Amino acid sequence: MKSFSNTYIFVFSTIMVVIVAALLSTAAMVLQPLQEKNIEIQEKRNILSSIRIKSSAKDAEELYEKYITGSFVINTVGEEQEGVDAFEIEMGSQMRKTLEQRTLPVFVSSLEDGRKIYIVAVHGKGLWGPIYGFVALNEDFTTIYGTNFNHDSETPGLGAEINTDWFGAQFADKKIFNKNREFISIDLVKGGADPESLNEIDAISGGTLTSDGLEKMLYDCLGSYQTYFKNQMKNNK
Amino acid sequence: MSDREPLFSSKNIKLLTNPLNVDNPITVQVLGICSALAITVKLEPSIVMAISVIVVLSVSNVVISALRKMIPPRIRIIVQLMVIATMVILVDQVLKAFAYEVSKQLSVFVGLIITNCIIMGRLEAFAMSNRPWPAFLDGIGNSAGYGLILIIVGFLRELLGSGEILGYPVFEKIGIYNIGYENNGFMILPPMALIIIGVIIWVQRSRTKELIEEN
Repeated sequence: MKSFSNTYIFVFSTIMVVIVAALLSTAAMVLQPLQEKNIEIQEKRNILSSIRIKSSAKDAEELYEKYITGSFVINTVGEEQEGVDAFEIEMGSQMRKTLEQRTLPVFVSSLEDGRKIYIVAVHGKGLWGPIYGFVALNEDFTTIYGTNFNHDSETPGLGAEINTDWFGAQFADKKIFNKNREFISIDLVKGGADPESLNEIDAISGGTLTSDGLEKMLYDCLGSYQTYFKNQMKNNK
Repeated sequence: MSDREPLFSSKNIKLLTNPLNVDNPITVQVLGICSALAITVKLEPSIVMAISVIVVLSVSNVVISALRKMIPPRIRIIVQLMVIATMVILVDQVLKAFAYEVSKQLSVFVGLIITNCIIMGRLEAFAMSNRPWPAFLDGIGNSAGYGLILIIVGFLRELLGSGEILGYPVFEKIGIYNIGYENNGFMILPPMALIIIGVIIWVQRSRTKELIEEN
């Protein structure tokens, strides 16, 4: 076997690393716009799914234009913020800020029957990684119209069930405020939710930590919006 | 190795065809099982995975074979891993740009091609000691052998588990549900992939004399 000097080994590895780095960064730069477009389309599909509209990668943009009629950004005391695009806001980094500093996106959708739906973003921690999604509320800012939850790495068949239809369907018509307009969020209940209850839904068996994470996510995120919701309820009256 | 042999000599053809049958990486060498179980629920991700592995293995094989006299033996495994990792990241980036849906379905398994034993195995066992052209054929052959099994398993699992082929509802169109047939939900779960691979190994062994061991 040929023997190589240490200097040769160092030079060889350095050259290899430089070539590889150059190759990979070129590829990343060239492909980035396409990848970002895909992520944007996925985001639009998630928003559409929260108002119970099924879309594919092809028709997502068209349906989004049709149903999502507006969007704005608010702070946690319910004031609208100028000059920020709701679509650009990353809920994950907002939730890491203190309550006062958060800016929160709201998307407005007009359904075919003329109803207005307000869609808010949520972001939290599951068992293995982030979980995130959208919650769509009716005009009363209390009743949930639909939800869409996603995750990066929850356990298939257990925690990953949060983005299935059966799980999402449970949220419809649940309320996040009680009669006295106190914020109660949504409770994920073990061992069967009371069907009469305003805000209880079934947690996922075997997915306790993901369920807990989801419950906390809803409490924290919807909680950040609650001042805005309350203001709107007063205005509606 | 100074005498020039034809590009498709019988020896080279063997490099290409052996891994499809008597030297199949999955059914004979039983390598790369993990991904074969995980991503074969449907046919489309199986095909994309097969193509990805073909690209990664054939290119890495050629690169390593071309560099084989320059690679210091003491760091050869690291160099091999670096070449594989580069290829895998490139494939992953391309999939994210052009086949986002499929890349989401394959999720971590594209990244895990890096640790697929078939690839490291071929680089170490073949590319390090052969010239680029045979190494290329060996790479194509082995990854195609892997892909072939993936596609067979993916086809059976999608057909029997969801009644579809590439998302086209075959069973619904031929009306088999009307006479009481139901999709086998078990097919969607990973254990069924293992059983299908087992059946493939059984069929292959009983048909191929070279593989029958003497007791």
